[in-house]
Amino acid sequence: MNLVASESEVLAPLASGWFLEHAWLVPVVPAIAFALIILIGKRLPMKGSELGVLSMFSSLVLSVGAGYQWIQRTNSAAEEQFVEPVIKSWSWWRSGGFDFGIGQHIDGLSVLVLIVVAFISTLVQIYSLEYLRGDRRYTHFFAALTLFSGGMLAMVLADNMMLFLLGWEIMGLCSFMLIGHWWEDDANARAALKAFFTVRTGDAGLLVGIAILYFSANDWTQENLGVSGFSIRGISAWALSGEPNSTAITIAAIALFIACIGKSGQFPLHTWLPDAMAGPTPVSSLLHSSTMVVAGVYLVARLYPVFFVGLDILGSGGNLIMIIGAITIVISAALAFVQNDIKRVLAYSTVSQLGYMMLGLGAGAWLPAVFHIFTHAFFKACLFLGAGSISHSASHHSFDMKRDMGGLRKVMPITFVTWIISTLALCGVFPFSGFFSKDEIIDNVGNNGYNTFMIVGLVGAFMTAAYMTRATYLTFFGEPRGASAGENSHDSHDPHDAHATVSAHDSHDAHDSGATHGPHESGLLITIPLMILSVLALGSGFLNATPFGENWERMKLWVEPRAVEVIDAKHSGGPGESLVINLPNAEESHSKSVCGSATPADGVCFAPQLQHAKFKWSKAMMSMVIVFLGMALSWILSSRLFTKRDPRLVGLTQRVKVLGLGHKFLVNKYYLDVLYEKIIVRSIAYPIANAAYWFNQNILDGILHGFANSTRKLSGWVYQNIDQRVVDATVNNSATFTKSVGTAAQPTQSGKVSQYGALLFSAAAIGALVLVIINT
Amino acid sequence: MIIAALRVVTTNNVVHAALWLVVVLAGAAAQYILLAAEFVAVTQVLVYIGAVMVLFLFGTMLTRARIGTESDLNNSYKKLGIPVALVMLVAMGVALLGSFGDEKLPQTDTVVSTQEISDQIFGPYLLPFWALSFVLLAAVVGAIVLARKD
Amino acid sequence: MFVNQFLFLAAVLFCIGVYGVVARKNAVLMLMSIELILNSVNINLLTFALRNGSTDGHTFALYIIAVAAAEVGVGLGLVLLVYRNKKTISVDDLSEMRG
Repeated sequence: MNLVASESEVLAPLASGWFLEHAWLVPVVPAIAFALIILIGKRLPMKGSELGVLSMFSSLVLSVGAGYQWIQRTNSAAEEQFVEPVIKSWSWWRSGGFDFGIGQHIDGLSVLVLIVVAFISTLVQIYSLEYLRGDRRYTHFFAALTLFSGGMLAMVLADNMMLFLLGWEIMGLCSFMLIGHWWEDDANARAALKAFFTVRTGDAGLLVGIAILYFSANDWTQENLGVSGFSIRGISAWALSGEPNSTAITIAAIALFIACIGKSGQFPLHTWLPDAMAGPTPVSSLLHSSTMVVAGVYLVARLYPVFFVGLDILGSGGNLIMIIGAITIVISAALAFVQNDIKRVLAYSTVSQLGYMMLGLGAGAWLPAVFHIFTHAFFKACLFLGAGSISHSASHHSFDMKRDMGGLRKVMPITFVTWIISTLALCGVFPFSGFFSKDEIIDNVGNNGYNTFMIVGLVGAFMTAAYMTRATYLTFFGEPRGASAGENSHDSHDPHDAHATVSAHDSHDAHDSGATHGPHESGLLITIPLMILSVLALGSGFLNATPFGENWERMKLWVEPRAVEVIDAKHSGGPGESLVINLPNAEESHSKSVCGSATPADGVCFAPQLQHAKFKWSKAMMSMVIVFLGMALSWILSSRLFTKRDPRLVGLTQRVKVLGLGHKFLVNKYYLDVLYEKIIVRSIAYPIANAAYWFNQNILDGILHGFANSTRKLSGWVYQNIDQRVVDATVNNSATFTKSVGTAAQPTQSGKVSQYGALLFSAAAIGALVLVIINT
Repeated sequence: MIIAALRVVTTNNVVHAALWLVVVLAGAAAQYILLAAEFVAVTQVLVYIGAVMVLFLFGTMLTRARIGTESDLNNSYKKLGIPVALVMLVAMGVALLGSFGDEKLPQTDTVVSTQEISDQIFGPYLLPFWALSFVLLAAVVGAIVLARKD
Repeated sequence: MFVNQFLFLAAVLFCIGVYGVVARKNAVLMLMSIELILNSVNINLLTFALRNGSTDGHTFALYIIAVAAAEVGVGLGLVLLVYRNKKTISVDDLSEMRG
């Protein structure tokens, strides 16, 4: 600990506790439960679901404990002290100079999302006990659900990007497994694949981004903080240190954001989310509304300094995140108008709300966006579970509002009330939770100077109110139609839409427990989660109720990272360590922190300095008026069109060409699916496949045949030339040679005495000659 | 003597060849005497001319060799024989010249006596003498065996 | 008298005898040529015996004469036998080999 200069203060050590220190148990428990469910689940009395629920509940307890202790930690910090996250890391494996570790990074954001995920997972698992009773793959469903929760929890508290990536991918895998839970139906399998591949397209960006960040930041983080370039803390500090090359960080930010586009269903990779509704409703409510799709938003919020610096948030013009978010809000809201399937309406609504979160993050409204994650999880999950309740007990597994629903408010009161509460929260009506989060986003966007985007946000609010009213009307009001009217013939299968089926027809395995047909309220295991969630949808907004003053802004206090410089940041401020901070002027640095705007003189910054809009009731009133306008307009139109069959409205789109075209455009989802699948994928896949086939037949096989032919010719040549001519010739010639030698030598054996004598004496003569010559 | 020898090998008449051989043998005997080897000379005349030549003539007779000149008695190797003989002669001549040059024989007035020869024969060379007697015996027996009419 | 004159004479006789052996096709004549050779050898031996003052040469020459006689006897016996069987004493015709 350094004592530097005269203005140093020794600040109190930050409080910690068992739950904070051991928060890494939160994903471990579901992981172990997953393994156990796979191994022994089928033999357990409740087929493994008890393990799932128990593990989720224990994660919830651990998360809530960690949250409580985090609040204490925050309270124990001084006014301008940076509340250090509780970081523990262990080295996992080393390879080629890279050190991959696992560990936890607990701060306000992670604790918040941990609680949300654990809570909603627990409720959804309890809900699934009833909803999927008797399902053909009951055990595996719970296993996948548990694994998903474990993966997401691991991702949330990851302290380095490698563990983050691991959790991200586990989530993608579980999403695939769960969407395709009833894969016997081809459309479900296709939807699962579509989800997986679309998200995968974005994941390339994640890998690229992580790599760029690692290679850019590693040197700086090792030197200044003693951590590797994968560490989230390190990357955040590096981004704000003025050190990074602006091109590198911008490219990294864009790459990471591409991953967010895929995962969080932003335009243009949003096409998978509506199709993902093919999965069972608990899956839709857990994954595709409150938790998994939020992972992209979480990534941006987590590595906010990277995006802040890389994409110049709070700069003068609009940045990529804001633009994408704004586009997403509007186009998905428009698409929600033409859906007949209630889950699809909710899916598009989710996409639209995610657009809001992205818009908020892009505009520098970090806290409102994160708070919106919190509140949106509750009311959206409630809405989905409500839709599931309807299908389970009333519309006989159909999700088609126009055919099989209507007038259900009389028979399903609890579902109706919770639905209404959640809808109002979604629309952002005071005092429901959505008001405190969504309207804060719009407010802060405007406050930071992006007026166009604020108007977009308001338009989105209008449209949200409108399509939700339409859906509510079709479902709960009017006259009962189809299955809701008691037509429960088992072969009234809805003709499927061209692009997906979300009817949870699963050969009637999952039946509601009430054997008497006819719409009725669902059982307790379904309605109790609904009620809990609706209470939260109503009340969770008060955790950060900006209108009521600073004291009510609890989230801001607990969650938002403080933009102060931290000196001697190598110590992470664990329990028992006192942290010395040298602050130039402690009183004035509240709004003059250099973090995010300039390189810190000494020490490091972990979060950029952001602004918060001052709440004005006038602005709130304006947005409320817009919302009510939307509701009213939609109510009038819906009632006239659907119930009273006003002749001016019925068949309007068929009569008026322009409206008809617009309707068709929307129904075909802007032909984006056509573009992706038929044009992009086919134009790449077919030629590649054809080329590969051509290559195989002509080149590979050609080589093979050519090789065989040449071998044949070679062997023929060898036979003729070498074998016949050379080898045989040698053999023949040696024989001939011997014969000729014999023939040549034969005359010496003539039998003629005189010849023998001649030879003898000639030899003697020559010998004599030689002797004489030698000796003289 | 040399001429006689030449006539032996070149004449076409067998009987003439035999007679020329007699001349050669006689001349050889004369040479022996010049060489102070009287006993050998006499033995030569007695054995060679007396017995061997008679044998030759008898052999000629019994083999119906035509009396008088007849066809060529030389064979195809005649052409080879001349160079061979010449080469030998040259070789031997060179050797002799080289070895002995102008050496003269020692002058002696006494001839080698028979006694000395017999001392040799029955002394150191007794064993060859016996062997020789066997040879003669074998020759006689052989000749009889070969020549009898079977 | 020179040593060489006797030796030369012996050499000439020898060569003539060799020629005779090679060139004659009558078996009897061949034997005669052999006699020439033997005689030349005898001259040689005796010359050296005189030159060296020993009588070994004489002994040997006697032996040669004896052997030559035996040999002619046997040889002629062979010739007779051949004549009886083949009716010819031309050595060229005595070959039964092919080639």
